[in-house]
Order: sequence, then C-alpha cells, then structure tokens
Amino acid sequence: MGASQSGRVHKFQELADKTGFSIEQIKNLHSRFTYLTQDEDTLRREHLENISNLAINPIRRQIIEAFFDKRNLGENEKGCLQEISFEEFVTVLSFFRPPKPRIPDEEMKNIRKEKLRFLFNMHDTDNDGVITLDEYRRVVEELLSSYETIGAETAKAISDGAMLEVASVTVGQMGPDEFYEGITFEQFMQILQNLEIETKMNIHFWNLDTTTMKCGK
Amino acid sequence: MASSVYLCLLRTVFLVCIVNLLIHGVSGDEDVNQNPHHHLHENITGLPIVTFKWHHVETPYLVVLWVFVAALAKLSVIELNHHVTSVFPESGLLIILGFFLGGIVWGADKAQTFKLLPSTFFFYLLPQIILDASYFMPNKLFFSNLGAILIYAIFGTCWNAATVGLSLWGCYEAGAMGNLDIGLLQFLLFGSLIAAVDPVAVIAVFEEVHVNEVLFILVFGESLLNDGVTVVLYNVFEAFVNLGGPMIDTAEIFKGIFTFVVVAFGGSFLGVVFAILLSLLTRCTKHIQIIEAGFVFVVGYMAYLTAEMLSLSAILSITFCGVCCQKYVNANMDEKSITTLRHALKLLANGSETMIFVFLGITAIDTEIWVWNTGFILLTILFIFIYRIIGVFLLTWMLNKFRLVPVEVIDQVVMSYGGLRGAVAYGLAAMLDEKTIPEKNLMISTTLIVVYFTVILQGITMKPLVQWLKVKRAAHSDLKLIEKLNNRAFDHILAAVEDICGRIGDNWWTRGWNRFEENYISWLLMKPKARKNRDYLFSIFHKLNLEDAVNYVSEGERQGSLAFIRSDKAANVDFKKQFGSEFADVMPDIMVDMSSYELGIENFSVTSIVKDTIPSVSLDINAQDRKNALDDINAHHLLQQHLYRSRKHHRHKYSRSHFSINQSEEEVQEIFQRTMRSRLESFKSAKMGVNQAKKITKHHKKELAHKMANGHSDGTGYLYGDEVDSAVGSETGVISGTFMRDKYTVGAGIENPVFLPDMDSPTHSSLPWLMETEAVAPSQRAQRRLPWTPNRLRRLAPMRISTCSTDSFLMADVSSLTLEEHEELSQTDHDEIRPVFD
Repeated sequence: MGASQSGRVHKFQELADKTGFSIEQIKNLHSRFTYLTQDEDTLRREHLENISNLAINPIRRQIIEAFFDKRNLGENEKGCLQEISFEEFVTVLSFFRPPKPRIPDEEMKNIRKEKLRFLFNMHDTDNDGVITLDEYRRVVEELLSSYETIGAETAKAISDGAMLEVASVTVGQMGPDEFYEGITFEQFMQILQNLEIETKMNIHFWNLDTTTMKCGK
Repeated sequence: MASSVYLCLLRTVFLVCIVNLLIHGVSGDEDVNQNPHHHLHENITGLPIVTFKWHHVETPYLVVLWVFVAALAKLSVIELNHHVTSVFPESGLLIILGFFLGGIVWGADKAQTFKLLPSTFFFYLLPQIILDASYFMPNKLFFSNLGAILIYAIFGTCWNAATVGLSLWGCYEAGAMGNLDIGLLQFLLFGSLIAAVDPVAVIAVFEEVHVNEVLFILVFGESLLNDGVTVVLYNVFEAFVNLGGPMIDTAEIFKGIFTFVVVAFGGSFLGVVFAILLSLLTRCTKHIQIIEAGFVFVVGYMAYLTAEMLSLSAILSITFCGVCCQKYVNANMDEKSITTLRHALKLLANGSETMIFVFLGITAIDTEIWVWNTGFILLTILFIFIYRIIGVFLLTWMLNKFRLVPVEVIDQVVMSYGGLRGAVAYGLAAMLDEKTIPEKNLMISTTLIVVYFTVILQGITMKPLVQWLKVKRAAHSDLKLIEKLNNRAFDHILAAVEDICGRIGDNWWTRGWNRFEENYISWLLMKPKARKNRDYLFSIFHKLNLEDAVNYVSEGERQGSLAFIRSDKAANVDFKKQFGSEFADVMPDIMVDMSSYELGIENFSVTSIVKDTIPSVSLDINAQDRKNALDDINAHHLLQQHLYRSRKHHRHKYSRSHFSINQSEEEVQEIFQRTMRSRLESFKSAKMGVNQAKKITKHHKKELAHKMANGHSDGTGYLYGDEVDSAVGSETGVISGTFMRDKYTVGAGIENPVFLPDMDSPTHSSLPWLMETEAVAPSQRAQRRLPWTPNRLRRLAPMRISTCSTDSFLMADVSSLTLEEHEELSQTDHDEIRPVFD
C-alpha cells in the first residue's frame, strides 16, 4: 500500500512537471477522474456524456471529441482514441491552464499557439489541416442548435458569411476563378489575433477539493 | 494654426458679447418695462400693436440662450485647429472657454449672475448623462467585471474619503493651514465629496484614448457607481455634521453604516424595479410607436426622482435602470424607435455635458467664492493624487489574487491617473450648508481647483501617458461575424471544460444565469416575437445584411441608375444619355477603385463613409453609437425610399401618430430571406469554384456581342455609343451578355442574379421601378469583399458586372428601353442559357 502510494505521488509529480499543474490540482483532477470513470482506469466517451450539465451544451460533441483526439495528446499521429488514461485527461485539460504571470513574450507566444491549435483541431474534424466550409458549417449549426428559432438555413447562411469574411481578410487578392479551400492554421491564427486567447482560454483550477460539491452527474 | 484658434474664439466671444449686451441692454431698461400696467395706462389711447415683454419670457429665454451659447462653444471647440484638439481634451477646452464667457458676464455685471446651481445640476443635467452611460453600457463586460467594479467603487471611495479627510485633518492639526474653522467631521465630509471620480470627465478623456476594454470598463464602471457611493457617503457625513460631534456614539456610527448600505442597495434595487416596469411597458407599446422611445426617458427620470424622494441613491437607481432595461427595451421596441432613442440620448447627454463644462468654467469667475488657503488647496491635490494611487494598487493587489486575468501594473497606473474629478464634486460642494460649515467657500474653491487640475492637466497628459506606457489599446477588427461566432463557441467550450473538471466556476454561474434569464426573465419581459429573433449572433447577421442593403442602394445611386431615381415619373428620362454616360463611367471607376482594393478590401466607394473607426466597446457619449445608429438609420431610410417605394401608400403622411409607411412584416422577412440566400449563392459562386457567371460569359461572348451589334443596327436598342473604343469592344460585349442573360431569365427589374434559380417573375411587361415586385436587398457586402487581382483588370468588368449589384441597375435601365427587343430575343436565348442555372 505504501509503495503504491509513493508511486502515485511520484507519478503525480511527473505529471505536474509535464503539464504545469500543481500537485494539489493534479490530486483534485485525479479524484474527479476517478469519479467520472467510476474507479476505472480509463475514461470513455460515455463517461463524459453522462455529465448532466454537459448535456445542455450545444457543442459537447466537439469538446468530448477533443479529449480523445490524438493530436491534442502531444503525439504526432492523427486519429482518435477510444479511451484515455488519467495522464491524457490532464494533458488535454492543461490547454486550459492559465499561464503563469510574467513569462517572457516568446513563451507566451507558444502558449498562445498551442491554445489556438487546440481550437483549430476541434474545428478541423478530418485532420487535413484545413477547416473547410462544410466543417465550419457543422460547427455553426451545432453552435446554434440550442436556439430553435434559428433554422438550419440561417445557420448555414451565417457560417457562409463568416467564411467569406475570413476569405476576404486572409486571402485578400484572389482571382475570380480561384477556389477558397478553407481556413488553414496560419489563417486561423491571423483571424483570432485580436482575441487575446492567452488570457481568455483559461479556467480556474482551484487547489481546493471541489469534487465534494454536488455538481456534474 | 494660432490664427484659426483666435478666429474661432473671437467668433464665439463676439457672439456672446452680443447676446449679453442684448440681455443687459434690456435689463437696463427694467425701470421702464417693470410696470407694464402703468405703461399700458399711459398709452391707453391706442391699441398697442407690438409690445416688448422681456420679463414675460425672461427665464426660459435665458435658458435657451445659454443652451445656444454652450452649443456654439462646443462647435467652436470642435472646429478648432486639429493640433489643439489632439492635445487638449475637449472637456478642458470647454472649461477654458467657460472662463472667457464668465469673464464677459463679469465684465458686464460686475458680479457673477450665472452659475451652476446644485439643484439644476442634479435635477436637470446629470440624470440624462447617467442614463445615457448606463443604457449604452456593454452589459456582458460590465457584469463579468462587476465584482471588481463594486470593490473599486465602494471600498475605493470609502478609502479615498477617509484617508483624504483624515490626512487633511492631521495636517490642519499640525498647523499646515493656519487658522481655519473646520473640525474632523467637516474634513471627512470634504473628503467624501472630493472622492467622487466623475464619469463625465472620465468618459470625455478616455473616449479619445481608446484603451483596452477591460481597463475601460473598470475605470468607467467605477466612476459611474462611485458617484452614487459618494453621494451616499456625503449624505451620511452631512447628517453627522448636523448632529454635531458630541452627539455621535457607536450606535450612531453603526446607523450611519447601515444607512450607507440601505441607501446604496435600495437605490440599485429601485432601479431594477423600474427597469422591469419599463420592459413590461415596452411590451405593449406597439400601437403608440411614435412615443414609445419617450418612455425610456420618462421612466428613467422617474426612477431617479423616486429614489431621490425616498432618499435612496438616485444615481445608482437610474444607473441600474438603464443597465438592466437595455436588452429588453431594445428587443421590444421597433427599430426606428431604438434609433430615435439612441440619438435622443446622445443628444441630451452630450448637450448636458457641454453645459456642465462650460458652466464649470463660468462659475470660476466670481470673487465671492474664492478663498485662498495655500496649504489646504495644495495638500488636497497632493492627497487625492497619492491616495488614489495607493488605493488602486492596494485593491488591485487583493483583486488579482482572485482574478483569472490579473490587472497589469500599467493598467493600474492608468486607473489611478484616471481619477478625474468633475461636476459631481462641485455640485456636492455647492450644496454644503454654510451654517454648519463656515468654510464652505474654501471648500468650493478647492473643489474647483481640483476639478480644473484633474480635468485639464491630467486630461492633457493622459494621452501621452497611455502612449508612453504602451497600454494595450482596444483592437479594431474587420471581422464581425466570425468573431462573434468564435466568442460564442468559446463560452461553451469553457463551460464544458468546467463541467468536466467538476467545478462550479465563473462560466457555470454565467451559464446558469443565462438559462434562467432565457427561460423566465425574457419570457416575462419580452414580446414573444422579439424573443424569437433576439439572438445576438442573429442580430449581428441582420445588421450586416442591412449594411449590405444600404451599400447596394448607395452604389445604385452613385451610379445614377434609373431604378433609383426617386420620382415615379422617371419613366420618361432620356435613356440614351443615362445609359451611355453610365457605361462610360464604369471603366474609369474600376481604374480608380483598384487602388483601394489593393490597400484594403474594405474600401468600396460608398462604404468607406460608414467605415467603422470606433472600437466595438467604446462607451463615450460622443461617438459610441455613431456608426451603428448611422447604419441603422441609413438602412431604414434607404430601404424605404427606394426598395419598397412602389408599395407604400402615402396615407399617413399628415398623421401625428403614424409616422411610418406601412411596411409589413412579410416584407421584412422577405428581404431577410433573400439576403441570406444571396450570401449563400454568391459565396458559392465566388469561392467554391462554381463561378457560373464567368463560364457562361465566355461561352456566349461572341454570340451575344453579335446580337448586340444587331440591336445597334436596327436603332431601337441603344446600348453603347461610339465612345467605347474597339479595344474594349469585346469586353463590353461580355458585359452586355452578362446582364442580358440575367434580364432574360428574370425579366424584371431590380433583381440580383444570385436569386435567379428560384425566382418567379410576376410581371414581364411593366417597368421595373413601378412594378409591385419583390425587390431585393442583395449581398453587397459579399460582393464588395470579393478579392480581385489587379492584373486581371480586363476580367474585372465582367466580374463586376456579373456579380456586383451594379448590373441589376443596368439591367433595370436596359430592360425598359430594350423591352421589345429582349422579348423577342428571349425567345431564342432562353433555352440555351436557362440550363446553366439548374
């Protein structure tokens, strides 16, 4: 028992070094992880789908998918996993970790890029490095699906309008017969440069144990 | 530069002199006019035709004159040389101008007859400024930073009041001010009134700086709420002063604190109640559209006065009324009423602001109020400056422990430097009771000096400071739709991740509130119809579409197209000339436009007028809504004037209660549907490689050109004169081909080619602008954004003609003149062209 305890602490320490979370945060996340998986070692999609609050989220599919996307797990492969371990769970969550204060610009740029890459991967469902109009339409449709009054037609029109905006800003000069394939990652970074993602794509990971609060499930 | 400044000043001064001379010349004759009865009795012999009754109109006349003078002052300040206005903040210049005006009055009267009375200020000038500021408050930003704002407003103000008061008292006891008749409580009272950071002054200065939105909302929200807090604090201390030092014990102090809480929160609560009332009211004002905008003013003012009556905080009351009602009022009221409301709010607020600053200047020219005490005045300035900085840094340090995005040091510097004092402090100082506070005049003069010091000096140095510190500015972006989409997706992602982590965080609360609001509050406060299409994204989209429509029509007007000539009798215009000149215009236009295309895609002749130069979240009274409101009003105006002209019946022109033409719901829906479809289609054709227009153009090029030539020869259908040289001959053939094609398939005037596939053409025979056809607001935006390569200039003409809305105007013109011609042509052409669209 003692051995496994110390092994676990060691593993947490490793994870903390890798992801930048504190040991307490890792512990909290671990208890949440075991809570979600009901004491199994791996997390599957249905575990996440069971979270009641998530059920009302219109884009839950994309978000859940992001957890199982190999691209977000630091490997250079493509494709999806069926189940993830705690380590992978924490790795994905570390995209949402607020950056430490007063870090050099260079590092901030990297963090920014990573966070944007995460978002990009979420939209780029077929892994070809381009968000095509079809992919984007699906995103917008899902996004607006909670508003019954906005029909699919409107959602389509809105996504088209948005795509056109992107095209006009990123490509600029373009022959009339040229074909705009979709948003590449560079263009994605360009259009989101005003978003200050490094300050926005963060959530609080508290050091307190919050799983005792009755939420989720 | 200097000469124009002098010119402007001289102009104003001269005008004011005349005005004043008029008034005083008249007042000199008072003895004669004072007794009109007497006068009448003397001249009873004849019926007076014209009598001069100055006293009859004196008060309102003076008010109007001063409003007029203040407006002129603003005008002259704005018209000043640009170099001056870029250095001096407008508010400071108005105050300085006020000095001059005050000097003139003083010169004429040897006393200051006009000054800013606290009652005038608090009852007639302040409410609309606060209402305007709160109504235009960016709600999301405000509420997401509400915690920080409240802490700055409540604790910051108390801190400032207490420390300034106590420090001054300490210095007084130490003998730094000589002999004054001020006790500790009076010092605290003074501290509380001087703690008011003035929203008017702050907006006036920050509007020109364009700092980032978080900083802006912190400074602005703080100054808005802190006014309310200051007034409450002031009242509490005034009560203490009246009570007298010996009477105050612990119980009274607790009562004071309790009063503070009750007054502040009671006022806010009252504001929310009135906001609910107002929202409910606007649910059912559909049939009195013409006055519904007025309800906002009336109910807002009622909230203010009711709070004043109940001795709750009036400023907080009207603030929360404005903040809470905006969403529902905007959804419930007609768009025209909203435009009216926005403009009226801006008008009133801007006017009051001008009046306030001018009068702050005028008030200074008065020997009665000036009591000089070097120690007191200098120490006050020093202390408010130092304690503001300490307070901001202290509170931010505490807040940063909890904030996800910490407030940076640079922002803190700007926040502490942005502690401008303004008219509220002066109004409170002028309200002091001379019986209990013997040194009232010293306090007034100190307040005035503090106001001048902060507004003028800090105002001037604010911009260089912001530049020097490299404060994050508000980013301006061309992307509207995608930005909103991303923000929306973002909120959902963050909420989802919080769910997965099992944490009740900010996003959880936000979402919880949003759902509650959506399900219950909107249900209660919004019209069912408004609820339907009130989604934010949707409204952005709607706005963009309207913008497109405006551009479409403006472009048409610019081209001088017949379809948009307003007279219904335009049918007998010389088509030859019209079309000929128009076509000659096309080519140079392209040449000119190209330069702007290379620079930025945004620039497209007319649209450059409405180009947005204001950041999306700017709250300043002057400019915030200029663009949106302008767009709205343009859209409405133009749509009504042109697109639906044939449908309106001028039944209600003379009616007082029905201003609008009868634009039915279906029409609106129709425009919307079509525009959306157009976006889709134009996107497809332009970006997805479908590009039917071009293909067909190539295909039929020669054939059609040939037909055109035929048209020429028979002399009935005029298309292009000989001024089109042979080099562009083939191009013009293409052009004509393109629009001929459109024309054939549709057969009716103002249609955009992108609608062709599912377009039914109701009438073929009538003139396009007289027809009761479904006119279209097509996607100009989509098209004007189409990128072109400069080296494809030759292709531009067909491109432009085929996808741009211009063609429809050309079409409209041509279809009328070659009506017979194309009817016979269409017999042949229909079959070969039609399939392309299927």
